Amino acid sequence: MAELTYREAVAEAIAQEMRRDEDVVFLGEDIGAAGGVFKATVGLFKEFGPERVRDTPISEQAILGAAMGSAMTGLKPIAEIMFSDFLAVCWDIVANEIAKARYMTGGQMSMPLVIRTANGGGSRFGAQHSQSVENWAMMIPGLKVVAPSSPADVKGLLAAAIRDPDPVMFFEQKSLYPIKGFVPDGELVDELGTAKVLRDGGDVTIVALAAMVPRAMKAAEELSAQHGIEATVVDVRSLVPLDTQTILREISKTGRLVTVEENPRLCGWGAEIASIVADEIFWDLDGPIIRITTPHIPLPAADALEDATMPSAERIVREIVEKID
Amino acid sequence: MATKPKAAAKGKGRAKAAPKRAAKGKASLANDDIGEDTRLALWRSLLEIRHVEQRAYDLFLQNLIKGTSHLALGHEAVAAGFATAMQKDDWSFCTYRGHHHTLARGASMEGVLGELMGRQCGLLQGKGGSMHLTSVEHGAMGSYAIIGAHLPIAMGAAWTAQYKKTGQVSVCFFGDGTTNIGAFHEALNMAAVWKLPVVFVCENNLYMEYTPIKDVTAVHNPAGDRAASYGLPKIVIDGNDADEVYRTAQTAFAKARAGDGPSLIECLTYRHSGHSRADPGDYRPPGELEAWLKKDPVPRYRERLAEFGISKDVIDGMDAEVLAQVDEATEISKASSPPGLELIDVDVWADGGTAWRN
Repeated sequence: MAELTYREAVAEAIAQEMRRDEDVVFLGEDIGAAGGVFKATVGLFKEFGPERVRDTPISEQAILGAAMGSAMTGLKPIAEIMFSDFLAVCWDIVANEIAKARYMTGGQMSMPLVIRTANGGGSRFGAQHSQSVENWAMMIPGLKVVAPSSPADVKGLLAAAIRDPDPVMFFEQKSLYPIKGFVPDGELVDELGTAKVLRDGGDVTIVALAAMVPRAMKAAEELSAQHGIEATVVDVRSLVPLDTQTILREISKTGRLVTVEENPRLCGWGAEIASIVADEIFWDLDGPIIRITTPHIPLPAADALEDATMPSAERIVREIVEKID
Repeated sequence: MATKPKAAAKGKGRAKAAPKRAAKGKASLANDDIGEDTRLALWRSLLEIRHVEQRAYDLFLQNLIKGTSHLALGHEAVAAGFATAMQKDDWSFCTYRGHHHTLARGASMEGVLGELMGRQCGLLQGKGGSMHLTSVEHGAMGSYAIIGAHLPIAMGAAWTAQYKKTGQVSVCFFGDGTTNIGAFHEALNMAAVWKLPVVFVCENNLYMEYTPIKDVTAVHNPAGDRAASYGLPKIVIDGNDADEVYRTAQTAFAKARAGDGPSLIECLTYRHSGHSRADPGDYRPPGELEAWLKKDPVPRYRERLAEFGISKDVIDGMDAEVLAQVDEATEISKASSPPGLELIDVDVWADGGTAWRN
């Protein structure tokens, strides 16, 4: 088992799949010779060459259009959108075209493609380079949505996304790129649509995603050590398909649900989970559902402000102690 | 009045002319490079589009076609000329004004009319509607209803052809209004930089929806005058002359297949009806429609065929035959049932289903 960074796991997954399948191609801005602005694609250009790892102009519509057109005609493209905020300039191709093509054509078209993007805050980049936009994708029928929290999940889930016959939006949390973790040796392919239970506890179930997962884990340790509260932590990993079986089971066990979401308040993925819980396991609950989110504001840049807005381990502990203890 | 056929398309690398079969012994014009078989194929295509579109109009009036629809009456020669020059495995992409391009690739009339009528026999079983006609088996890779979107997509298909070295060409049809949206420029630039085998075809019918294109565009030829920005030659042709369209298409396809990159072609044409079902076209100055009707691609081609010695019997016989096919397709569509409600929960995903959770 090797220790890899989250960013190294990205390149490992792409390389693994490109070695296996000639139809896998990769395109985006600065991804080739430069190795990506987050250095998440280093080495791919050298190994696979400019025909399979193609640098593009700053043309997000052209990037995603090329991905769609090549996917429907037999390739398996991976497109990088440098920052997820930039999805707003090519959202037509995502929401109106890629997501709807199969359904609208009565199943005539396949769209085996992956859109990778650096998502989320914590890097002091300000409101146009820090948004957590996985909810934009989650609300469009026809898109699979994945957001890993660890290097092993990056590798396994990205490989699974590349092999998946449907379009997958793959949200890499940019503040996680430097984190390290053990990744199994050899070929690694995970399963989309599966949540993971990272910690077992009997008092409360914390459901978190991407960068909120390590914070939830830290909070759980603190709750145990300082407050005698034992938390289960569930890493959602995949918003679509959503592993409701695992999530609901773990909530039913403790009777309490806390979602930890990086997104601004309204229409966060946690609201959907809260709604499912209210519909299906309401009588298993022992108290109100708690949603911990970023406030409904554009994310500020300064470290003091950004740290105060995104959910932190301290805030998770505080809210759980105040509302559950 | 008849238009004289031009000797040949300009430029190098013109594709091989179709077999020379201009009627021997008839009072035909000499030195024709298109040939009788191809001319009759063009004629059939023109007629199919004309009669299906007219039928679509009639079916609106009978309230058998719901929603909106954008007829291509007047644009027939663009679709017929390009599609006839395409190989079967080439890919075409078009806009919501796309009935003509879908038919021209070989999709069935009942597939088109049935889709417009929301019937089971429709190309998309009623799930797409007028603006999304698609027939992948015929290389008709979709009708796209958001202006500009399909230019990058067509470019992506061309990337597949280039990467896999298949020799296929991707052809993208769009209107004059599309030349003012960002996706047009992104696609043209990237296609030119990557030297992709894609042919961009602008059907300039003088109006972006209801507004004259000249009122909202900084250059005279909305596509042609932009070509230089992407290192491409300016090509502006008579889009109502099926022969000229056919020859231009051949030249562009040969260039694309030779690995010499994309083309941008502006076809001057005119729509005989309004923008959509809701639009009577009252904004058009008096006399403009009448002037263009004199250049109507269908009667024009009828004269062309006669000039090349094709008999009136053959010309009219094909017309009657196509009209009978449209009648039959209309009856098939009317008799076809509405799509079953089970289709609602089918085909979001590759596994055939719609599940977003377990």
